[in-house]
Amino acid sequence: MSTARADSGKEAYLSAFARLQKGSAAAKGSWTRPLRAAAIARFDEVGFPTMQQEEWRKTSIAPILQVEFQPQPAYTANGFTAKALERYTFEPWECTHLVFVNGHYAPELSRLRPLPEGAVVEPLAQALEARRDEIEPHLARHADDRSHAFAALNTAFMQDGMYVRVADGVSIEEPLHLLFISAPGGAPVVSYPRNLIVAGKGSRLSVVESYVGPHHDLYFTDAVTEIVAGEDARVDHYRLQRESEKAFHVALLQADLGRYARLGSWNISFGGGLVRTDLNALLKEEGGEVRLDGLYITGGSQHVDNHTLIDHAAPGCTSHELYKGVLDDRSRGVFDGRIIVRKDAQKSDAHQTNKNLLVSEDALVDSTPRLQILADDVKCTHGATIGQIDEDAMFYLRTRAISEAAARNLLIQAFVSEVLHGMRIDPIRAGLECLLFTRLRKGHGAGVEP
Amino acid sequence: MMLQIRNLHARAGGKEILRGIDLDVEAGEVHAIMGPNGSGKSTLANVLAGRESVEVTKGQVLYLGKDLLAMPPEERAWEGLFLAFQYPVEIPGVSTLYLLKAGLNAIHRHRGLPEVDAMEFLALIKEKMRLVDIDQSFLNRAVNEGFSGGEKKRNEVLQMAVLDPKLAVLDETDSGLDIDALRVVANGVNGLRSPERSMLVITHYQRLLNYVVPDRVHVLYNGRIVRSGDKDLALALEKKGYAWIEQEARGVAPGAPPGP
Repeated sequence: MSTARADSGKEAYLSAFARLQKGSAAAKGSWTRPLRAAAIARFDEVGFPTMQQEEWRKTSIAPILQVEFQPQPAYTANGFTAKALERYTFEPWECTHLVFVNGHYAPELSRLRPLPEGAVVEPLAQALEARRDEIEPHLARHADDRSHAFAALNTAFMQDGMYVRVADGVSIEEPLHLLFISAPGGAPVVSYPRNLIVAGKGSRLSVVESYVGPHHDLYFTDAVTEIVAGEDARVDHYRLQRESEKAFHVALLQADLGRYARLGSWNISFGGGLVRTDLNALLKEEGGEVRLDGLYITGGSQHVDNHTLIDHAAPGCTSHELYKGVLDDRSRGVFDGRIIVRKDAQKSDAHQTNKNLLVSEDALVDSTPRLQILADDVKCTHGATIGQIDEDAMFYLRTRAISEAAARNLLIQAFVSEVLHGMRIDPIRAGLECLLFTRLRKGHGAGVEP
Repeated sequence: MMLQIRNLHARAGGKEILRGIDLDVEAGEVHAIMGPNGSGKSTLANVLAGRESVEVTKGQVLYLGKDLLAMPPEERAWEGLFLAFQYPVEIPGVSTLYLLKAGLNAIHRHRGLPEVDAMEFLALIKEKMRLVDIDQSFLNRAVNEGFSGGEKKRNEVLQMAVLDPKLAVLDETDSGLDIDALRVVANGVNGLRSPERSMLVITHYQRLLNYVVPDRVHVLYNGRIVRSGDKDLALALEKKGYAWIEQEARGVAPGAPPGP
């Protein structure tokens, strides 16, 4: 990527920001105005990442800069109907669905269900001013956008998303589903979903973020989610990336865990043309526990890059990480798993596994575990494998009357089941299994959704 | 005729292993194939089941009158051929129950029979499990994963019982079994003998043949069947060892005149 193009790409976003600041009356009076201005200044300073930077060595974002994306100024359904939603809502799944189209909340497509007392679930744009006191201490305070240009852009341009606050001791039993739909009408659209989840002491909740878009559409999603889990809180977070195979998807998830807080994270990537996800967990107080599970299934010319960072900053914390990838056709996968165990984080227990299955000669995957252990009394393991379909297993299944294609699909399903079976929401697990099964059966290889 | 092998030659790992096998098996017959290590027993089993890494260089195999070698492995299974593996493969993430139901229904589809539903299948498999004394918990575990040697072999016999083949090839199903496990496996095999089913029992030792009594015994040496007989041949082998056959095959049997 040439410097000139990176600069011109940057200019387009800077002038879009200037127009936004001028044009939006709401933005003028908002307390987020200086927050946004500071973010765009940081973006201007760091610029878009290049492949010379360690964190972006395997992923070129140049294709994103070749398209002039425009944010959609306000909500329109763009012809999207409740009927069309069904394929994304894992029917019959009884839960709250908050739907966003091109970055804006879609009230008539959303389905809200009763919440326990002490729980607040609102579109962020709506909550920003009304709940400034509770939001301001957290918003953009956890996600680090100094080194992540796309996170800075998100803060500068943030449109809408979900704000959840759960009071101490309160549990939301039903999962909350956030469905971000891109439905471009004409010009390529960029959307900036932004979510903030604040879980009080001893609270519990599950959040599912889905990112979807129609087949063949070109658009760009730049998403940021911040999770703050208080003492003893338990948060399950699912990220289901099912974007169009032409779409660009860049996202950052930052979770900060308090004492004995627990986070379960499932990061599932099926779609997208160029995808980069940064998933960071900070174990900042004693006894925190994270489980990061991930699955990426790629085909065609998809490029999916997962970066994870688990920061053991306090003693006695546990992290278990399992990322699996199935790569077909000419697709490319990147897994970069960083674990830091700080000097005082004694009795840390960290396990990382990354397994990849290449089902085509032309698929490629890079797996990089990066461990920085600064404490001495820790348990830390990691392992990475890259392999092909086991020919002995294939032959065995075929002698049991299973056809070659079915045997191959069965082995792929078996490979991913380790991740899917750990999911704690049945309709999601069943829905994803079904999605995968259909896709494999239709002979799309491991490629994008049919 | 169930199986007719003519002048079969095959290569594996860059070496010629089978050098002209001829064998006829009638419906309902049990034939034992014996032979020392490296004689080509497992290669023969793999050729019959269709393993791609074994290359047939000459000869033909007719199975129920059809050209067996032209069929991919799954089609052989649909047509009623079964191989019990010497080293059953572990398949993490796939349960035995799922595997067998998928396999059985693939066979039914091929034969134009209705597929079995979950309830029918469970009833069927429970009946077959008695044959090999397998606990039901095995069915939900991943295929062969973490199974002991004996459990793996019993699982092979269970699979054979469920898929109900016309021709079963048992590749050293007795190897690595203690006497109790051997009895269980042998009982399972005997329970599946029928006038419609033929079996090819491949074994290194005569021991299994005390329980599964064969109609014919063939001795494989250096890629050829060098001697055939009834069950007494197996007993003779047990007594005299394979050296006897080896010497005879080389034409230097004690007391015999030197070869030409």
